[in-house]
Amino acid sequence: MRSFVLIAIPYAWLLALFLVPFAIVLKISLSDYAISIPPYVPQFDPETGIGALIDALDFENFIWLTEDDLYWKAYLSSLKIAVISTFFTLLAGYPIAYAMARAPAEWRPTLMMLVILPFWTSFLIRVYAWMGILSNEGFLNQFLLWTGLISEPLTILNTNTAVYIGIVYTYLPFMILPVYSALERLDGSLIEAAEDLGCSRLSAFWLVTIPLSKTGIIAGSFLVFIPVLGEFVIPSLLGGSDTLMIGKVLWEEFFSNRDWPVASAVAVVLLLLLVIPIVLFQRNQQKQQEAEQ
Amino acid sequence: MTASEFEPWNDPEAKPLIHFQNVTKRYGEFTAIDDLTIGIYEKEFYALLGPSGCGKTTLMRMLAGFETPSEGTIRLAGQDIAPVPPNKRAVNMMFQSYALFPHLSVWENIAFGLKREKMPKHDINDRVDEMLRLTRLEKFARRKPHQISGGQRQRVALARSLAKHPKLLLLDEPLGALDKKLRQETQFELMDIQEKTGTTFVIVTHDQEEAMTVASRVAVMDHGKIIQVATPDRIYENPNSVYVADFIGDVNLIAGTAKPNGSDTYALSWHEGHAPLTVQSPNPLSDGQNCQLAIRPEKVSISTEKPEQADNAVQGRILDIAYLGNLSTYHVELPTGTMIKAQTANTRRIARRAYTWEDTVWLSWTATAGVLLAN
Repeated sequence: MRSFVLIAIPYAWLLALFLVPFAIVLKISLSDYAISIPPYVPQFDPETGIGALIDALDFENFIWLTEDDLYWKAYLSSLKIAVISTFFTLLAGYPIAYAMARAPAEWRPTLMMLVILPFWTSFLIRVYAWMGILSNEGFLNQFLLWTGLISEPLTILNTNTAVYIGIVYTYLPFMILPVYSALERLDGSLIEAAEDLGCSRLSAFWLVTIPLSKTGIIAGSFLVFIPVLGEFVIPSLLGGSDTLMIGKVLWEEFFSNRDWPVASAVAVVLLLLLVIPIVLFQRNQQKQQEAEQ
Repeated sequence: MTASEFEPWNDPEAKPLIHFQNVTKRYGEFTAIDDLTIGIYEKEFYALLGPSGCGKTTLMRMLAGFETPSEGTIRLAGQDIAPVPPNKRAVNMMFQSYALFPHLSVWENIAFGLKREKMPKHDINDRVDEMLRLTRLEKFARRKPHQISGGQRQRVALARSLAKHPKLLLLDEPLGALDKKLRQETQFELMDIQEKTGTTFVIVTHDQEEAMTVASRVAVMDHGKIIQVATPDRIYENPNSVYVADFIGDVNLIAGTAKPNGSDTYALSWHEGHAPLTVQSPNPLSDGQNCQLAIRPEKVSISTEKPEQADNAVQGRILDIAYLGNLSTYHVELPTGTMIKAQTANTRRIARRAYTWEDTVWLSWTATAGVLLAN
């Protein structure tokens, strides 16, 4: 009985905050667009019942997604941006996590604090700050002009480069923390043993450190990849008109076009796309737990 | 076994495999190794014994290449090894934590060092199989380290460090994580493997029983210095200092002043009003020098009547009896307040023991039973 209650709480949470909203979105995605408030015709009417619902059921909004190439281009472009920025986040985050794990034990809490410090200010303000840094008259260009490295200001803001910078900056802590926790548990004598058995520093890193931090790398990559795929704020503030991301398309469909049914269909497909990496992530976590037992 | 003949340290012609020459290691203000000179011979099983913090692990890590001496030179087969990094040394180490790679199987762990040498594949297979046979791990080759027991892990670590056929194998507290019974079995296994492979072993331990069991020579260390290097029996029977006598096994120490009395024989006056003790001791002492008689509890006999013809006999009262099953240790207080421990084998059942608490007994020992150590 007690275990039932314990399990029931998270399930009730999931039901109320995930499944019910999802059902509502799914319902809207199956309905028709209308100029009214709210801007769609409900598909399910209690008076006509389930029968009428099934009679009138169509997937026109989903079919529309395949007919206009904007949508699948946006999905693909999001996927590409998510993959590339996850890679760069790993490239930037791994050395930081490694240095933190190698730092003297009394320094580690401070370093950890510095990594999570940005969360103390609003995410929006931090993205706006990047606009100030990256714009044509921004700090970066002023600095580069001052050093004489460039004679013309670089156009970074409102390009994909700015989007990558913003994403790597924002999601870096999500990469650092799991990698750090994997590296911190690494027994230093394993590296010494590898060297003792004939490894150079570099090959010991490659053959021992990397494989043993694999779970952290995978966890961090998913923690970055999944939210970046649906990211909306960074591309709309830092990206240009050619930056195509599904989060931005969804937002425009919903608020500019006020086409709730199509926006809902976009959201449903996005969710289905996200389910795959989430399931993979869960399996990784499970495998890690089994290995530790 | 030809242990009685294997004594290269007594052969002036023999060249040590490892030679520490005036080696000092400092960490800031702290001196871990203090001007140390020793030689370790080929095929020796050399034990570094001492309390924690005595520098024995530092000494071993210098051999492995993880530390470099602040002063002095370490030679391996005549070559100064200071500039050689750990991965280029013909020295392998078995770590205290075993340091097995958790992501690799037993087989891959053992093959790890061989693959780094770019050994041909079938040679690796042969060598790993040989090591698995030597350590009786054939059945566990495919398992991961977390799927085998502590004793098996210890053997994997040993197999892995032996696989490259090093000139020198370093063992850092190799049996520390095993329980007592397994530890004793494994000690004999280690000796067996050392003999079969003919590798020079240097073992670091704080367990004096372990050092005495496995080693051909034991080096007792304290505060970064070697106090005595000798065979286990000499360390036990002829310690060169009170520190060594006290560190190895149990010992009674009786303080007094020595008076030469014939060749190698001294009369030790230890308490006013008591007859001086007769001691035959190899360590030379001057007339009237303050010294301590060190005598092992098992060399002190206990009896109810004063024994005839004993070189030394004192009377006392039993204060405590430690019953160990096979042995009993009697703590006897002399009228002078000195406490002497006497150990006897329990050849009869405990109910038939001749003495008990508060009994007055005689303690006796021969002139050669103990040694005199200068203060």
